[in-house]
Formats: sequence, structure tokens, C-alpha cells
Amino acid sequence: MIINITEYLGINLETERWICRRCGHDLGDARGNYKEGLLVYDRDPTEIHKPLIDNQKYEYTFSPDPNWTALLEYYCPNCGVMMETEYTVPGHPPTRDIELDIDSLKIKAAQWARDNGGDIPSPESLHRPRFKRKVHTHG
Amino acid sequence: MSDKKVTSNPTELSIEEKKILEKFVDDNQLFYGPDPQIVRNHKLMPRTEEETRALEAGIDAQRINLVRGRLESALEEGFNMVEKMGVAPGAKWGDLVTAVFTSSGDMAQIAPSGIGVFASVCQYPIKFINKYWTNESTVGIKDGDGFIHNDSRYGGVHNTDQSMIVPVFYSGKLICWIATIIHEGENGSIEPGGLPSIAESPFDEGLKMSPFRCAENFELKRDLVNFLQNSVRDPKLQYADMKVKLHASLRLRERILAVVEEFGEEALIGSLRKTLEDTETEVRRRIKELPDGTVRINTWLDHSLREPLLAKVPMAVTIDDDRMVFDFRGACPELANRSINTHISAFKTCLATNMILYVWPDLPVNQAIFSPIEMRTNRNSLVDPSNDSPNAMSLLPLFRAMSIPASLFAKLYFCLPKRYTALSASHYNQPATFIYGGITQHGEVTGNFCADINGNGTGAREDNDGENAMSPLFGAVADTGEQELAEEELPYVRLVGQQLAKDRIGFGKYRGGLGYEQMVTVRSSSFWGFMTGQCGSKHPSVYGVFGGYGCPAYPLAKVKGINIFEEIKENPNALKLDIVEMMNAQEIPEADYVVQEAAMSFEPCAEGEIYMICQGAGGGYGDVLERDPFQVLKDVEENILSTALAEEIYKVIIDPETLILDETASISARCEEREKRKVRGRPYKEFCKDWVQPGPPEDLPYMGSWGDAGEEIIASPPGESRYVMKGDEMAGVMLSNPKDRRIRDLENEIRQLRNKN
Repeated sequence: MIINITEYLGINLETERWICRRCGHDLGDARGNYKEGLLVYDRDPTEIHKPLIDNQKYEYTFSPDPNWTALLEYYCPNCGVMMETEYTVPGHPPTRDIELDIDSLKIKAAQWARDNGGDIPSPESLHRPRFKRKVHTHG
Repeated sequence: MSDKKVTSNPTELSIEEKKILEKFVDDNQLFYGPDPQIVRNHKLMPRTEEETRALEAGIDAQRINLVRGRLESALEEGFNMVEKMGVAPGAKWGDLVTAVFTSSGDMAQIAPSGIGVFASVCQYPIKFINKYWTNESTVGIKDGDGFIHNDSRYGGVHNTDQSMIVPVFYSGKLICWIATIIHEGENGSIEPGGLPSIAESPFDEGLKMSPFRCAENFELKRDLVNFLQNSVRDPKLQYADMKVKLHASLRLRERILAVVEEFGEEALIGSLRKTLEDTETEVRRRIKELPDGTVRINTWLDHSLREPLLAKVPMAVTIDDDRMVFDFRGACPELANRSINTHISAFKTCLATNMILYVWPDLPVNQAIFSPIEMRTNRNSLVDPSNDSPNAMSLLPLFRAMSIPASLFAKLYFCLPKRYTALSASHYNQPATFIYGGITQHGEVTGNFCADINGNGTGAREDNDGENAMSPLFGAVADTGEQELAEEELPYVRLVGQQLAKDRIGFGKYRGGLGYEQMVTVRSSSFWGFMTGQCGSKHPSVYGVFGGYGCPAYPLAKVKGINIFEEIKENPNALKLDIVEMMNAQEIPEADYVVQEAAMSFEPCAEGEIYMICQGAGGGYGDVLERDPFQVLKDVEENILSTALAEEIYKVIIDPETLILDETASISARCEEREKRKVRGRPYKEFCKDWVQPGPPEDLPYMGSWGDAGEEIIASPPGESRYVMKGDEMAGVMLSNPKDRRIRDLENEIRQLRNKN
């Protein structure tokens, strides 16, 4: 059974492995840190949050200060989807952001499946319906 | 056998002697300060005898529903009275609440439009009044009393919020409490407007009212009101809003007594208690359905409002069966002479606010939302400081508490087979508005803040973009007021009206809601000035979730040495209608164009000088390359995104002239970008080996732990040597005056120049 943990991460409960939800690529031991199965890139934050005000004239420009802000991008090594971003301080150890009790998850997941007729609904199926606004017409 | 026997140790007291001593101390208490047994305890009070009797007798569910409905109507009526009649600017935009509490002081129900956090924190002063003033012969609690308080050390967000707390008696017995709270603004602090950034001690922060009686026999005590008026810059505001809050509370009291007359005393008491207990039971059930484990995030504030520094606010949530633990160990030490500390009681209620607004918005709003949750903090940290530190600008860490948990809970909730609301990235979390003070065009002294604080962009959701300039993160229905009404009373002039800040976006598959630009000046005042309490100019304040990006960094811009009203008579082009164009064009040759960090202490603004900041954007959700290209095109068409950024960030190719989307080229560009990621990305362990450092760079004014563990706390006070403390033995950090540091640096420069000569 695959449990969806984030938009891009799943756990195969039989094999206890992290997987990419986009391409199914194996990302490592689900009892460990999923980031160990990913590629990391130290993105210059001013490339994403660009200086909108002339940086020749001003020190502050709507861009973060790269000496104060590091932006780590995490990619699936197989399909290249960006699974996570991490704003941090340069050199700060990356955060282990998800640490789950796999044994407990197996029990809960089995219960969720039983409660839902055998399958756990996908996160996408839980999205709210988009309402289409009715346009007032005459006649 | 008497207890009076002589003990073997002559210094040891007998049981009877100890009782005498305790009674003596109780009867002769020197000072009734904030009581840690009250303000550190966020659990529900034990059931009273009346509550037990009411619940054991059994109350029909339909009856409870009717009582709750009647209370809800009454609370909303009280809210509307205050909103319509209140003089404080905040009251006019809905920054207020009316609430009902059990006789023990637990917050049980609020007005549907009210600000929940204001009500939650008010449980503490009520419990203080119950504990200390009930049996105090010089005070006591009687029908017709009204108590006031604003000191957040006794429970409160910050001392700009003033409460009116009224006991409700029936047949001579206290049956519940009601409270009405407004963000009043002016409170006599060292800077006008009630949110001083330069306060170095609680005594710089203006009025610090421990709970005391200000009304008797349903009337304000005019001598006390006069004292309070005499202590603030806006005596009209102080008097008017005390009257408004008292009379709204009295109307609420009448409505509650009518409920008791109709349904019985036990129905009211039982309903309030059952609401709390049912909520707590449901919260435990919801905790239990979450996956067991820990999710965490490390975040940083980048300013103390006096100087840039990196103040860490880490956050971890652990689920273990039906237990939930919030862990903030490793946070920045208490800044002993900066005003951005927050007291633990307020911090908890802001976490509860996040849960109410962004995690479980379907639950009734009361303090039981948080009562089953446990907390771990380091004492003497930014989020759990001593009572000696100032906290008037506690909003900085508090807004973090009200925004960041949602992105953590997204990581816990994603796997569940149901939702209570859409998962989301963080709402923008800075108090991005101008605080002002001075003399109005009517010759009155005033100080307060602008409604623009209430226009934060919301975080992107799992199924949709965030909403632009939607609401403050602390209340879903507060609004941004009517500028025309503000300008009738005040001399500040808004030059640009809430124009969305183009290209300042939390990008993602779904983008965060945008903030807007604020551009203000002053006219027809003999003295006026502005300040701000915003940070995030070097390090973004909001991060994305699941691959989304955070908000940009926001500075403050100003144009000094001009009078824009005179300039535009000669050259209408002198006033550009957006910040970027204004600052890049530098249309007025003699003007002084300045861009600085967003945090600014109070400074005078001459007529026609311009000050500019941005309300901020919420965080993005998901990979930018998965954003529907037509949604990117829509953003371009709505002029909130440039075609250049559409291409650079989203890899969506749009002709800047025709705005025609090139779908084929966009697909190619996205494929190419995914391949580039695989080339430039490095395996995690290999990356960490090179990149991770044993500590922050020496020249970085860094405060807090390094890494996920919180045992060791680094303190790097600006201009001083770095040192390390143990997290559980931490002491507050006293920072030097930034002007002293500047003087020292300049003196060194002069010395060096003299030595050269």
C-alpha cells in the first residue's frame, strides 16, 4: 500500500521505502530521512526573489540577503520534480522535517483503508469542487 | 496531641507554625504580580460543583443548542455595538471581540466575527481576579462591577489591547464572566501608537494595567478613567472606548440573564462547560487520527526592530497517540531590552488561533482547542521570557505562531483520508502597516496604527491559489476600513490605494495571495511621524510548502526632503503610482530617495514626504513547473506578474506584446528545466558534507540553536563577542544601543583617518 505523505512523497508500506509520487522512483528507507534520497541545490535566493529596485542604487531591493538567507531546492533524482524548498541560514544543517512512526502508520493506514471500502482516497479526490459562478441572464 | 511540640531542629517549623506563616503571607502579600500558576497553565479549570450538578443532571442537546445560539446572537450583537461605536481605529475594522467565560474563567464562546486570540488570553486576568480579588476585603467582586486590564504579563497579546471584564451574577451568585477587548492603539508608550519598537523595559511601554475594578454599579469610576486618560496621548479615545466596551458588556449581560430566565441557570452553566469539554474530547480524537511522529521547521526573524539580527524560532510538532506536543526549544534567547519578546500565555493562544483558523476551522472557538496540547520551551527565550523584558512588539514571534503551524500540519494531514479544511502554506506573518503619531488637522494629539495591517496575502492551498490581500492572519473577517473616514480624522494621506505588489509573490504550483503597496504622506499637521514594526527585509518571513517558494524580502522606501503636493503642481509625473517605479525613476532631482530595512523607529515626516512599505504575500504550494500555464497567463493579464518572471520562474513563455501563451515552447522549457535540475542538484549527503558548517558565520548576529537540536544556544549580540548557553540554563541577552555602536564605529573611523594624517 502506498501512503501519500506530501504532494510529491509517498511511502510504500510493504517495502518501507520513500517513493516519488510523480515517477515512483525509490528514495530510500522510510524510517530514515527522505532528503537523503534527493538532489539538493543551493539556489541563490536573489534568482527567485529578484531585485526589483535598482541594486546599484540601493542595498535593499525586495531580494533576500544571500549572507542571511540560503534557499535549498530538493529535486527527485529521476524526474526532476522540486519536492521541497528550504529557506535557511547559510551552512545551517538542513532540517529533518518529517520523521514518522512507520509501525504506527501501518496500523492507521489499514484502518483508513477499512473505513473507506479498501482504498484510501487520494489527496486530489479530497480537493474542494471548483464552483462555477452562474451568470445572470435575461430571457 | 498538639502540633506545637518542639522539633529536634529549632529552625524547623511545626505544621501549625507553617499554617500560621502561610496565612500571614497570604494576608500580607506585598504585591500581586503575574501568577505563574495562572499564566503558565492553559488547561481547563476543574469542574465546579455547579457545573458538575448541571452536567450530571443531564441537559437536553436541543436545549444546549438553543442556549449556544442565543449566546452567539448576543455576542455578535455586542461585537456590532463596539464595532459601530468604538473610537479606536482597530475597532472600526473588527480588531475586537466579545466573549463569555465560565465562572472559573475558561473562555467558552466568542462572537462569530471576533478575534479569538483576544478572548483566549483574557482567561488569565479573569482567573487572576477570581483568585486574588474575590476575597480581598478592599476589592471583592459584585454585580455591576467592571474590571480593566492590558498588561500582557497577566495574560494578553500586548498592552495596546484593553479589556473590559464584567462578572455576571444571578440570584446573588457568580454564574459566568463576559469580556470585551479592543486593540485600542495609543497607551502612553515611549513612541506613539502603543506599539513601541524602542522600548527597552516594560516601563517604556506605557500603561501596564494589572486587572483592577474601573466600574461599579454599572458605571465607570470617573476618577480612575481620568487617571488613565491622563496617562495616554489620546484621552478621548481612552474614555470613549471604556464607555463603549462597558455598555456592550452590559447589553451582553442582559442577554445572558434573559437566557437564564428562559432556560434556567443550570442550562447556561452546563452549556458553557459542555462546549469546552466536548471540544477538548474532539481535539483529542483528532490528534489521535494523525500519523504518529514528528514534523519540524526552523524559521528566523531577521530584525529586533532596533537592529538586524537572526532570531531563530524553531517549531516541532510531535504526535504520540492522543498527545500532541509543540516544541520550541532552541529558540532565540530573551532579548532583555528589545520589545519583540512574547509571553508564553500569548504564544500559546496564538498557536491555538492558528489551529482554529487554518487546521480545524469547523470547531467551536474556545480555549479547549489548545487545552489538550503540551508545550516545550526554554525559559528565558524569546517565546518564554521573564517578566522583566519588554514585549510591546510581541507580534513578531506571535504572528509566526499564528502562521507557521499550518504548513507543519500540512505534512501531518496530507495522508489522511479526509480534510477539515484545505491544507495550505503560511499566511503572510508581519504587522506590515504604518504606526503614526502627532497632531491632527483638528489640533488633537493622537497615536495609533493604519488598517493596512489587516490585508495579508493568504498561503496557497493544496487545490487553489492563496487570496490576495485577504485578511489579517489573526482573524478571517477583520477588514481594512474606509480610508476616507480615516482621512477625515487624521492628516495622513494614502497616495496609492492597496495596489497589489506586482512580482512580489510566493511562487508555486499554486501561488500565495499577494500583498499590496502602501504609500503614505501627511498634510495639514504641525507635527507628524511614522514608524513600522515589520521585519523580513534580509530573510523572508514566510516559506513555501511542498516545493513552493516563500514571500520575497520587503524593505521600506521613502522620499525625503520634498513636498509631493507642491511637486505635482509643477510636474504631475513626480508621483509614480508604484514603489518600484518611484524609487527607480528618481523623478525629483532634489529629493532624497532612501530604501532601508522595513523596521523603522518613530521618525518625523514633514508635509509631502513619502513613506512606502508592502503588505506581504503568502507562501506558495508545490513545484512552480506544475503551475497551469493558463493560470500563469491569468496572473500576467491581471498585471500581478511580469512576462519576464513568468518565463524565468514558471518557464511559461508569453509574448510581452500580445500576451499570447506559447504552449509548445513552455512545455520544452519546462522539460529542459527538469533536466537542468538533475544536473545541478547534488546528492544530499555529498552536498551536506561540503555545505553544512559547525556554526553560523562569525560576523552574523545569530541568536538560537544551530541545527535541529536545541541543547546549545548561540548568542551573538551585535558588536559583541559570541557565546554559547545551555538551552535549559539560558539567560536573557542585553543588547547595546545601536546608536552607541554607530558612534563607536564612527569614532574609530575618525581615529583611523587622523592617524593616517
